[in-house]
Amino acid sequence: MPKVTFITADEETYNVEVDEGSTVMEAAINNMVPGIDGDCGGAAACGTCMVHVDPAFVEKVGGPASDMEAEMLSLTDDVSETSRLGCQVNITEELDGLTLHLPRAQH
Amino acid sequence: MTATLHSKSYVDSLPLEDIDVSKTELFEQEALFPYFERLRREDPVHYCKDSLYGPYWSVTRYKDIVEIDTNHKVFSSDVSQGSFVLDDTTLNAVEGGIDLPNFLGMDPPKHDIHRMVVSPIVAPQNLMNYETLIRERTQRVLDELPVGETFDWVEEVSIKLTTMMLATLLDFPFEERTKLTRWSDIITTRPGYGLVDSWEQRTTELYECLEYFKKLFHERQNLPPKADLISMLAHSEDMSSMSDTDFLGLLALLIVGGNDTTRSSMSGGAYAFSLNPEAFTRLKNNRELLATAIPETVRWQTPIAHMRRTALEDIEFKGKQIRKGDKVVMWYLSGNRDETVIDRPMDFIIDRPKARQHLSFGFGIHRCLGNRLAEMQLRILWDEMCNRFSRIEVTGEPVRVPSNLVHGYLSLPVKLHA
Repeated sequence: MPKVTFITADEETYNVEVDEGSTVMEAAINNMVPGIDGDCGGAAACGTCMVHVDPAFVEKVGGPASDMEAEMLSLTDDVSETSRLGCQVNITEELDGLTLHLPRAQH
Repeated sequence: MTATLHSKSYVDSLPLEDIDVSKTELFEQEALFPYFERLRREDPVHYCKDSLYGPYWSVTRYKDIVEIDTNHKVFSSDVSQGSFVLDDTTLNAVEGGIDLPNFLGMDPPKHDIHRMVVSPIVAPQNLMNYETLIRERTQRVLDELPVGETFDWVEEVSIKLTTMMLATLLDFPFEERTKLTRWSDIITTRPGYGLVDSWEQRTTELYECLEYFKKLFHERQNLPPKADLISMLAHSEDMSSMSDTDFLGLLALLIVGGNDTTRSSMSGGAYAFSLNPEAFTRLKNNRELLATAIPETVRWQTPIAHMRRTALEDIEFKGKQIRKGDKVVMWYLSGNRDETVIDRPMDFIIDRPKARQHLSFGFGIHRCLGNRLAEMQLRILWDEMCNRFSRIEVTGEPVRVPSNLVHGYLSLPVKLHA
């Protein structure tokens, strides 16, 4: 199972193992990682699962998956160039070791 | 067999085409649920050919509402196409209404620019600055309440707390803050509903609101930038040269959005906890439940009953032919009771799994900006209630707002138990 590391705004680290095919949002929610809300349940419709992808993984993860994700990101506070909506990032073996930085809170 | 008015058997006996869920008396009597239940079951995208507001479509299932809400390219909020509420007179210059344009009634790209000017003040980072203040005020308001005596929760708690919050966000003169409550109420009304006697009266009072805020705006423009909304607008590159009409429209949005909604959720919470005293006891003994109890309150109440869109093109949606220009109403109040998505949707379940997944804030680009502020105000209110009381009891019939937009209470008699 691929491993994912979440680093919170307070620099706390959560290492979790996730099923291949689940999303970053699900990985956080199912493992009680704080800092991800996921209000819309994974439809890229609320912007409350925003993560900053660690620079080392930006290329592998890629940019927004759809116009809708890009649009929701453009309306989210404190986004960075590596921001993605966690619900739109599927975790594969290729992304094993993926590191994500969490905002202090979701809006 | 005789069926009582609004009972399930009565509602099920009506011809589908005669159902008009926009009638304000249905909201005043909280009689909507059997109608919505029937529409979800039999005709989830329903055409009402005639209403006070003209013909309109009702979208009543959760997933269909999300689909409409996230498709702004076809289902527009833009004021040039209509309105984002069913009643055109609320925000547009039709019949006796006046133009109140704002970013909720805009499509991108203009929408995005305006929204992002306002967004930082209600972003979680900034909300932390308000937490202590909100808690102190909540404690003070609750400490003044009588124990064991009936009083009006809406007046003494919901309105007081939300008006103070709005005054703070706007840095509005605190001693005059009841003006905000009045303006909030008249924005969403029409003559004949007990608040204003004529369109002229509504217009006159709204212009008084504009003049008052123009004075504040000019004062702030000549001062260094501060963290209140009016100062932020006065110093914003994109918005400081707004016309009077645009300014009043934006004020309407901020005042209603920041006031009526949380007010209704505070009252709805009181009602829900009165109907479910064991839930209050559980929360009192385990405050971690606030994390799900608060979103559950917001779902259960659904303070904004609907948002409306206007079709920009002919489109087939769930087998129905929607025409360009048609009004399409997303009934959040119905979607939040959709039994295919939400388990036991009529019940108030404070540890509901996935409690955050509800429609009350809308979805997509127009999603409620103040959602985290509202949740914080509600969390502090119920935390402090638990610190003081063992039970809240509604002692008489609630009086509800006669509106198909603002789903709230005019009064709610309650008694608190020590």
